[in-house]
Amino acid sequence: MKILACIKQVPAKDAPLAIAEGGAWIREADVSFEMNEPDSFALEEALRLKEKHGGEVVVLSMGPERVKQTIKEALAKGADRGIHIADDIFFELDPLGSARSLAAAIAKESPDLVLTGLQSDDHGFGQTGVLLAALLGLPHATLIMQIELTDGRMKLKRELEAGWFQWVEAPLPAVLTIQSGINKVRYATLKGIMAAKKKELATISRESLGVTGEATQRIERIYVPQKSKKTEFITGTPKEAAGKLIEKLRHEARVL
Amino acid sequence: MNVLVITEQRDAKLNPTSFEALAAGQQIAAETQGRLVGVVVGKGVAGLADELAKIKLDEVWLAEHDLLEAYTPDGYTTALSQVIVQAKPDLILLPHTYQVRDFAPKLAASLGKGMIGDCVGYRNENGKLVFVRQMFQGRTAADVVFVGDGPWFASLQAGAFRGDQLAQGAAKAPVRAAAVELRPEQIRTKPMELFREAKQAVDLTQAPILVAVGRGIKALENIALVEKLAQALGAELCASRPICDEGWLPMDRQIGSSGQTVAPKLYLALGISGAIQHVVGMKGSRTIVAINKDANAPIFEVADYGIVGDIFELIPALTEELSKST
Repeated sequence: MKILACIKQVPAKDAPLAIAEGGAWIREADVSFEMNEPDSFALEEALRLKEKHGGEVVVLSMGPERVKQTIKEALAKGADRGIHIADDIFFELDPLGSARSLAAAIAKESPDLVLTGLQSDDHGFGQTGVLLAALLGLPHATLIMQIELTDGRMKLKRELEAGWFQWVEAPLPAVLTIQSGINKVRYATLKGIMAAKKKELATISRESLGVTGEATQRIERIYVPQKSKKTEFITGTPKEAAGKLIEKLRHEARVL
Repeated sequence: MNVLVITEQRDAKLNPTSFEALAAGQQIAAETQGRLVGVVVGKGVAGLADELAKIKLDEVWLAEHDLLEAYTPDGYTTALSQVIVQAKPDLILLPHTYQVRDFAPKLAASLGKGMIGDCVGYRNENGKLVFVRQMFQGRTAADVVFVGDGPWFASLQAGAFRGDQLAQGAAKAPVRAAAVELRPEQIRTKPMELFREAKQAVDLTQAPILVAVGRGIKALENIALVEKLAQALGAELCASRPICDEGWLPMDRQIGSSGQTVAPKLYLALGISGAIQHVVGMKGSRTIVAINKDANAPIFEVADYGIVGDIFELIPALTEELSKST
């Protein structure tokens, strides 16, 4: 079985963000990047399916040169080969535009299963997996918490809201978006890191995919959100701050 | 601008976020001198269409079919794209639910259009709609505009609009049946029964005080610290999703879009950054206290009281303070 995992590289969780000149993206020079956490669950699930059912895991990522580092991390964890769609201005793409480029690269691979995280921690569009299914003409299911694969059909556990779940059956090929927490993500071993150096990492330019189609939306600017509430910040040593807070909760907010 | 709102129902009950989307629809239609149409999708849901017709809108469309009894992304996409072609709206609004996330991007793409997802508000700049959404897990906001011709799609974050401010109509709006053609082979996935996993041991919605812990707690062994504080406050303990994913607290103590939605009189968020998925589950709390080492953490946007500092120092200090003065 050929499994293709789409992974995105995003700013590290605790990286301080500064908004770039022009205001529609962040100043990249100031931040470190890591694999989008939801996608790391998708990659882990791809590796586990391969270990159980055999086959190949291909990882696909789009972005500037730095993205290769995240693909290499996936190869070190056990993916068989990587595809990098090189594009320095990928962050200007709308969800449909990104998905069109990814879908064009995926179509060439004809995988049995496409996995990706439910959303990215940077743009957070949360649309890519579903759009890939639409563009590739494949069935899909989202927010998957368990995959049972037998005889070319999948039984999938979907997470719904407020503690509800649902089993859904789907054929292959298909696209699934994986819910965070489905598995425990592995770390790359030293052996894996060494082995990754010999694995194929193909780079193709986004232009070479020949994707057309107008953007449907544009981010005009990003900014620090306006507060909906006035927060009273309490300062002092931990002991002082704790005392002041309890005092305020008792006598000002009157909730204790 | 003609607005079409796609409502969501389960077991013939409208999801409350549908009313929020309708409230946004009323506002945008009024501001742009457009019509408002509400859509009900399913099987045997004519009663819901009648209920919907009481609110202030121009028309209700009923998209019914045997194959729409259970939700499937293929069924909903096929049926709703037919509704949109017939109704010709300029703007389609949806509540940003898990179900909408599952089909709406495909619905928009099937018409060659795009969706601005998870909007927390909009501005009308002389007829141009600017939608506001969050990026970087709530650390920045973004102004997003549509490019090109409609119809345009936008989904709205739970709580972004007030469902209770929905205007009722002077007379009942007409209900119209949409022509829906669906064949069984168009639906490629097979949905089965819904179920709940763990028995909900605790009903967090009833707790007057909640102590919530996030990634900042770092390790399972540190949960005991927070437990002591919860005890001293007479509070229930709860968490953001990553803590429950790790198994440090049971899943039924999760607050947020995939867990419970709460509004206690006091909510203490400890080491929680404040990603939107968590915030939607607790922002209705009367008093919110946030303690986080990052002064820019988005949780402070909804906090009444904030302390920028180390939770490992502050949690014991709070516990001690409470024990000595009571």
